Amino acid sequence: MNRIGKIFKQGPAFVGYITAGHRGLDYSIEAALALIEGGVNILEVGVPFSDPIADGPVIQNASNHSLRIGINIFDVLELIKKIRCRTETPIVLFSYFNPILQVDKKGIYRLAKECGVDGILVVDLPLEESELHIKKCKDNSIAPIFIIAPSTKTERIKLIDNSGRGFLYYACRSGTTGMRHFLPSGFARKMKNIKKETHLPVVAGFGISTKEDAEEVIKHADGFVVGSFFVNAIENGAAPEELKELAKKIDPRLQTID
Amino acid sequence: MRKYFVDKNGRYGSFGGQYIPELLMRPMQELEAAFKDILKDKKFQKNFNFILKTYAGRPTPLTEVKRFVQAIGGKARVFLKREDLLHTGAHKINNALGQCLLARETGKKRIVAETGAGQHGVATATACAYLGLDCVVYMGSIDMKRQAPNVLKMKLLGAKVVGVYTGSKTLKDAINEAFRDYAENYESTHYCLGSALGPHPYPEMVRFFQSMIGEETKKQSLKLFEKNPDAIIACVGGGSNAIGIFSPFIEAKKVRLIGVEAGGRSDKIGEHAARFHGGNPGVLHGCHSYLLQDENGQVAPTHSVSAGLDYPSVGPLHAKLFEQGRAVYSSVKDEEAVEALKLLSSTEGIIPALESSHAVAYLMKEIKNFKKNDCIVVNLSGRGDKDLPQLFENNLLNGGGKE
Ligand SMILES: Cc1ncc(COP(=O)(O)O)c(C=O)c1O
Repeated sequence: MNRIGKIFKQGPAFVGYITAGHRGLDYSIEAALALIEGGVNILEVGVPFSDPIADGPVIQNASNHSLRIGINIFDVLELIKKIRCRTETPIVLFSYFNPILQVDKKGIYRLAKECGVDGILVVDLPLEESELHIKKCKDNSIAPIFIIAPSTKTERIKLIDNSGRGFLYYACRSGTTGMRHFLPSGFARKMKNIKKETHLPVVAGFGISTKEDAEEVIKHADGFVVGSFFVNAIENGAAPEELKELAKKIDPRLQTID
Repeated sequence: MRKYFVDKNGRYGSFGGQYIPELLMRPMQELEAAFKDILKDKKFQKNFNFILKTYAGRPTPLTEVKRFVQAIGGKARVFLKREDLLHTGAHKINNALGQCLLARETGKKRIVAETGAGQHGVATATACAYLGLDCVVYMGSIDMKRQAPNVLKMKLLGAKVVGVYTGSKTLKDAINEAFRDYAENYESTHYCLGSALGPHPYPEMVRFFQSMIGEETKKQSLKLFEKNPDAIIACVGGGSNAIGIFSPFIEAKKVRLIGVEAGGRSDKIGEHAARFHGGNPGVLHGCHSYLLQDENGQVAPTHSVSAGLDYPSVGPLHAKLFEQGRAVYSSVKDEEAVEALKLLSSTEGIIPALESSHAVAYLMKEIKNFKKNDCIVVNLSGRGDKDLPQLFENNLLNGGGKE
C-alpha cells in the first residue's frame, strides 16, 4: 500500500506545510523533520512562486524569501529527496502551475517520483485544466491531490472525488491562506455534506492556528492542515525544536495529561 | 458578424483557459453565464449603448492627421481612432461601464479593480459613481507615483485606492491583490478586470465590451475612404484596445493588424514588456499566453515608461493571432514613444497617452513601408494628461516635437 493510504488507516491525519527554502534549504530539512517528530504525518512542501494569488501575506513572504535566495523546483525536489532519506512520511509537492509547466519537458513528474514525492497539488489547476496533469501523475504513480472550496457545488465535489487520488483537501474558507481565529460558521454541516459525496479521505484546513479549531476539524474530517501557523513561526526565527513543540501543542490527537 | 472568438472550453487555440484556484471556479462560471445572458439581452445592450452615447461620448471620430504624416515624411493617409476623446480619456471606460452594468444586473454592490496607468481605475471609479456601486482600486505603489493625477481623480470619484507594495509594485501585483480581494469577497463583489486577459470569460467579455471601437472604425472607414483600412495599429498592454479595434477585422484578411508592445529600455529581460519577443507560453493570472519569465517559470520583472503596457503577460487571443500570423507584433522603445508623444502634440494638437504613443511611434518608424494610397488607422487609446507630470519631472519634455 502507498504511503498516503497507510496514514489514513491509522486515524486522522496531521498535514503540515512549509515553503521550501524559506530561511534556507538546510533549515527546511530540519524544519520538516521537526514537524514530523512533532506529529505531522503528511508533509506538504511548497514550491515558491513569484505571483502566489491564492496566498496571504505570510506565505507570500516565505515564497519571496525563498525566491530571493534562488530556489527553483529542482532545488525543492532535491530537498525532498534529502527529507525522504530520513523519513517514510508521505510528501505532497505543493505548487502553482507555471513552475511545473515550464520544466515539464525535463521530465519533472518522473523526477518528483524518484525524489520521493507521493502527491502533487497544483493550486491554480482546477479539474477542467487537469487532464494532462492527472495523466502524468498517474503514469508516475503520484497522487493528483485536489482542493474543494466552500463554493464547490455538490455535483462538482463528486467529479473531483472521482479524478483525485490520495486525499482531498477542503480549503474551508473563502479568501487566501493565513492564520484565522475561528472556523467558519457552518463548517460541520458543509463537511458532512462533503463526506457524503466522496470516497477519498478529506482533510480540512485554511487558517487553522489553534488546537480547538483542529479538534473541531477532526470531528468531521479525516485530517487537519496547518500551514501559515508554521510558516509564521519559521519567519519569526523558530528553531526546529520549537517547531516540534508547536506541532505538539496544536495537535488535538494527543492525549495530554497536564 | 462573428459573436464569439473563444471556444467552449474558454480557449483560443491552445491559449486562454481558467487556471484559477478551485474557490474561484464557481464565481467564474456564474460570470460566464451572466455574460452569455447579456449577449442575448436586447434591453441590456440598448441601455449599454445609450450610456456609451450620452455619458461616455461614443461614437468617437476618426481624425486624419496630415501635418503629422508630412512631418514624418509619409505618403499614406493616416487616421486616428479618437478613444482619447471619451469621458475619462481612454478606451477603458467602455469596458468599465459594460462590466459594472453587468455586475449591477447580477446583484453585486461592490467592485474591485486593478489599475496600471490609472485609466482603468479612473474608468471603474467613474462607472461606479455613475451606477451607485462601491469601488476599491488596487494600484502598484510605483504606478501611484508615476500616474499621480489619476490617483487624485479616483479618490475624488469616491473610490478607495489601495497601494500595492509587493513584488514589482506595478500592474501585475495590483492584479494579484485584486484577485485576493475577490477570493475573499466574491459573493458581494465583482472583479472588474481592465484588459482582455485573465481567466475565461474575461478575455472574451472585455473583447466584447471593446469591440465597438472596431465596429465604428469599419463604418467610418467606408464613409471616409470607401474601403477597410489597409492597416490597423494599436498598442498592446493586456491587449484590450487592440483586440477591440482588431476583432471586427480578423476575418477581413486583407487588413494588416499590427500590435505594438513596450520595448522599454533594451531587449534585456527585465527592461521591457515585449512578450512576443522575449516571452514564451506560460500561465499567469488564470490564463495561458505569452509570458515573460525565467527558465524556472518565475514571472520576470518588466519595464516600460508607460505604466499601462508594463505587464509580463498578454491577452490570449493576441497569442493566437500571433501564432497564426494573422496579426504581427512589434515593439518600440521608451524614448521613441516619448518622441511620438511630442511630435503628435506639436503637429496635430493631440497629446496622446504614453501607451498610445507606442502605436504612433511604430508608424513613425515604419511609415516608409506604406504606400501612397494606403489608409492606416492608429488606435489612439487615450490622452496624455496623466503622463505630463511624470514626463516633466524626468525632464523628458524638453525640445518639443519639432527640432
Ligand atoms: C490609454 C491606454 N492605452 C492602452 C492601455 C493598455 O491596455 P490595453 O492593452 O488593455 O488596451 C492602457 C492601460 O492602462 C491605457 O491607459
